[in-house]
Amino acid sequence: MSVTREEVAKIASLARIKMGDDELDTMVPELNNILNWVEQLGEVDTSGVEPMTAVIPNSLRLRDDVVDADPLTAGGRREDVLANAPAAEHGFFGVPKVIE
Amino acid sequence: MSELTDLGVKAIRDGVAGGSFTAREVAEAFNAAVAEAADLNAFIVTTPDHALAAADAADAKRARGEDLGIMGGVPIGMKDLFATRGVQTTAASHILEGFTPQYESTVSQKLWDAGAGMLGKLNLDQFAMGSSNETSYFGNVSSPWKKNGTNAAMSPGGSSGGSSSAVAARIAPAATGTDTGGSIRQPAAFTGICGIKPTYGRCSRWGVVAFASSLDQAGPMARSVEDCAIMLEAMAGFDPKDATSLKLDVPQWEAGLSADLKGKKIGIPKEYRMDGTDEAILKSWEQGKEWLRDAGAEIVDISLPHTKYALPAYYIVAPAEASSNLARYDGVRYGLRDLPDGAGLQDMYAATRAAGFGDEVKRRILIGTYVLSAGFYDAYYTQAQKIRTLVSQDFEQAFGQCDAILAPTTPTASFPLGSLNEDPLTMYLNDVFAVPASLAGLPAMSVPAMVNDDGLPLGLQIVGKPFDEQGVLNTGLAIQQRAGFDAQPDKWW
Repeated sequence: MSVTREEVAKIASLARIKMGDDELDTMVPELNNILNWVEQLGEVDTSGVEPMTAVIPNSLRLRDDVVDADPLTAGGRREDVLANAPAAEHGFFGVPKVIE
Repeated sequence: MSELTDLGVKAIRDGVAGGSFTAREVAEAFNAAVAEAADLNAFIVTTPDHALAAADAADAKRARGEDLGIMGGVPIGMKDLFATRGVQTTAASHILEGFTPQYESTVSQKLWDAGAGMLGKLNLDQFAMGSSNETSYFGNVSSPWKKNGTNAAMSPGGSSGGSSSAVAARIAPAATGTDTGGSIRQPAAFTGICGIKPTYGRCSRWGVVAFASSLDQAGPMARSVEDCAIMLEAMAGFDPKDATSLKLDVPQWEAGLSADLKGKKIGIPKEYRMDGTDEAILKSWEQGKEWLRDAGAEIVDISLPHTKYALPAYYIVAPAEASSNLARYDGVRYGLRDLPDGAGLQDMYAATRAAGFGDEVKRRILIGTYVLSAGFYDAYYTQAQKIRTLVSQDFEQAFGQCDAILAPTTPTASFPLGSLNEDPLTMYLNDVFAVPASLAGLPAMSVPAMVNDDGLPLGLQIVGKPFDEQGVLNTGLAIQQRAGFDAQPDKWW
């Protein structure tokens, strides 16, 4: 299976990565190379095989039902949360206008 | 006495504790070595003050007669994938340039708690995606090694290339690495040092910039098996903040070290004899078998039938997870924002990610987005996850016949920077021997075996049963003792 230029442009748009014509020109054959190579997985009979979801058997834990049990990941840290924001405004993350 | 920078973790820790030298003297010696080695480009930022502060704390503890910790007085390099409070953390990307975490990753915190200090943040392949350390936004890292008779800059491997280069060049006694599909073992092999990826879940992923979460594991890189055992002990342990962290006590790996392999069976997987593998690599593998026989082990032939499918399955699973993990870089909460004039929110996302990600990262995000997209999900992603099950079952069956597996770490020695860039696939093949253990979450280590005719190091890989880091370290120790690897790169930097 191979992807067309239009399909790569569509994938890039889904991934929210702006791509110019030159970049698409390079990317299409590269992606096709990789996709053709992974095609070989189709040779393997996987009927009856469960897809792996957890590599080491481990049950998901529930944390204790305590508010702010770990201060490191607790609430009340607005300044820390905003410290690296490119446009923090009035204690919030600033974004371009989304509603006309 | 030899120079302080020739010492490893154990020698420094024991020397500081025993009063042979102070931790401050050690930190100063390494800070100076780091400052001199800018040509390697191993560090993105240096943090001499962090190293000195930790050293002074260790010296003060000693003066008070307190325990210094298992890494007491040892300055280390920190791969720039670990969040470090107040110190820029970039994952070698433009999109995180200037990002200054307000918190410390669990693994780095554990190292500081054990008495270690930080020399700086080490360069790597961008978002740990690469096998040559050529995808960093902050430039290539050079290996301290050169091919005999040439002056070309060689690859230190990747993605933990800053770590491998720094440790091999003796500008750090040890460094952290992370391994998603070989990123500790392949660079260790390329630079003649040791590196171990523990069982998935041993080291907390909390505060480590995520690449492929079902595969990412942190581990130590150092110049001896003993040093790796000590540092892994400091790094590992249960962390409630990581949902996949193993709730197990940390074994005393250092105390448990033994190179006596009597009664142990070492498996040799026939599928790892692949076309395109260097003769010298095959020779080192044969030599490795001899060394392990000499240590008392029995060598047995095993089969891992799905080996050839591991790498293509990895290049579906890892990019799929990466495309999801890297969705968080949107120019809103942290990192770069590119807001063209008059752009709306969606345009801002696309412009930010176009400007902030390098080519290899974009390539993998696109692959991941494609294999997860409607209509292709089952054919690619589900099939790859099923192959992952089969690869894992291969190992389970093999471990019915053996205690550990011996294989080459890489199909070739290091190559000159820039020599494999024309085709991403050729680069991916570097990790063909490393990826299967990653897919199965198994502990795996590379130890230096010898140098080839070009004077470049070759590594041997040991893969163990789940949770059996001790067996892996012990097998590594048996090789280390017999290989007597003492080659060093000539200083040119």
